[in-house]
Amino acid sequence: MQEITRDTLISRAKELLASGEVDRVYGWKRGEFCYDVTPALFTDAESLEKDFEWGDFCGANLSKYLVEETRKSEGKILVFMKPCDTYSFNQLLTEHRFDREKVYVIGTPCAGMLDPKRIRDHAESFTSVVSDENGVTVSTLFDGDVKLDRSEVMPDRCLNCKSKKHVAYDELFGEDGGTIASGRFDEVEKIEKMTPDERFEFWRGELSRCIRCNACRDVCPACTCEKCVFDNPNSGVENKAAENSFEEQMFHIIRAFHVAGRCTDCGECSRVCPQQIPLHLLNRKFIKDIDGFYGEYQAGAEVGSRAPLVDYTTEDIEPSDAVKGGDENA
Amino acid sequence: MSISKEPYRPLIVAFCCNWCSYAGADLAGNNRLAYPADVKIIRVPCSCRVNPTFILRAFQRGADGVILCGCHPGDCHYTSGNYYTRRRMALLFSMLDYLGIERERTRVEWVSAAEGAKFAATMNDFCETVASLGENKRLEDLRCKK
Ligand code: SF4
Ligand code: SF4
Repeated sequence: MQEITRDTLISRAKELLASGEVDRVYGWKRGEFCYDVTPALFTDAESLEKDFEWGDFCGANLSKYLVEETRKSEGKILVFMKPCDTYSFNQLLTEHRFDREKVYVIGTPCAGMLDPKRIRDHAESFTSVVSDENGVTVSTLFDGDVKLDRSEVMPDRCLNCKSKKHVAYDELFGEDGGTIASGRFDEVEKIEKMTPDERFEFWRGELSRCIRCNACRDVCPACTCEKCVFDNPNSGVENKAAENSFEEQMFHIIRAFHVAGRCTDCGECSRVCPQQIPLHLLNRKFIKDIDGFYGEYQAGAEVGSRAPLVDYTTEDIEPSDAVKGGDENA
Repeated sequence: MSISKEPYRPLIVAFCCNWCSYAGADLAGNNRLAYPADVKIIRVPCSCRVNPTFILRAFQRGADGVILCGCHPGDCHYTSGNYYTRRRMALLFSMLDYLGIERERTRVEWVSAAEGAKFAATMNDFCETVASLGENKRLEDLRCKK
């Protein structure tokens, strides 16, 4: 259950549309089921009333859509943002990807989203999901109602939320929170402690499921290049289902490397992956290393900060000293 | 009938910066210092020209080891190129290790134009290390193998 209701957001959006302050609204739209919510653009009060959605399945980060949308006209766009989305928003501003003046941001507090994939693990063929202070009630087609604890069905990104604080907004609903010392590197550490062979097996198991749909790239707010290496037929990792194991690894190393230092750890890549590949564990490895080697850095925490990979000091760690895996039995 | 197999020789790709390490390799040659012919040198304007994809691509096309040589930190012809290299490669190597790929297959070494002996010694050492690991199985692309 989210603290702010859908109606509150809709009525504020309508006000801003009516006053002419904004001429478009970026929000979420409900699909056929309660859990298939997609980002959507609204231009009038009626469609807002009809389709606008705010709730446990509004995980989509709307910041990347602003890059294209702000170029379409001079008018202002109203956009709703959860705390984690505002980091991506700032990172895009740092990279001069859109004009801040054309956006009106309303910050919405977030109680953590729910992950339909995890719900499915507990409740086959579910049709509706209702959440309140006591937890989540899932109605299923064949097994009646299933009661679950919220933490059982939240995605990793929300279980290990790094911040409930909005780092960018024009208007804020509810109370703003603070940053959280989450256990987001615990999983990374677990993998680091494995032997090299175990690590290789672990990642082969995960990455070999990849179908190269490129959804992780497409959704990532840090991936906003207009020409992408993965579309270049000479790159050796062009768009297509990987033919062999190497391509999967190469794709994933390159994808993660291209956003290293700029990834805000928003978790969108893992959210959209149809194969449930824990992509955030690759990004977080880079974040953890960067924190360890060059000092703590949170991409998107402020506009204009210098990303670690376009910076240096004369005392930086040598690559040969950087590799400190786990158990040395290789 | 027995088929005689040639002894295994690793394929090493060495990216060398034009201003220091490539000249260092030259010096090694002029001084007749021996290093294995398994090393294929690719000259780059600066170590910082080497995009991590180059390294992965070399492995994809069949390299067993990739070494990147540049000017010593502080001596870059373009002032700061190798400092960026150092950060990039530190992160890349750590990531390769995280994926369970043998860390000994990649290396960065700073070799100046005056260090012909160091160049030869580095290459000898690296070839030996890679040869002892054997063929690169974890980062290869079968289609690219002859
Ligand atoms: S790599 Fe993933 S977690 Fe990082 S910014 Fe992109 S979508 Fe978000
Ligand atoms: S979203 Fe998942 S399946 Fe699709 S390309 Fe990315 S990792 Fe592969």
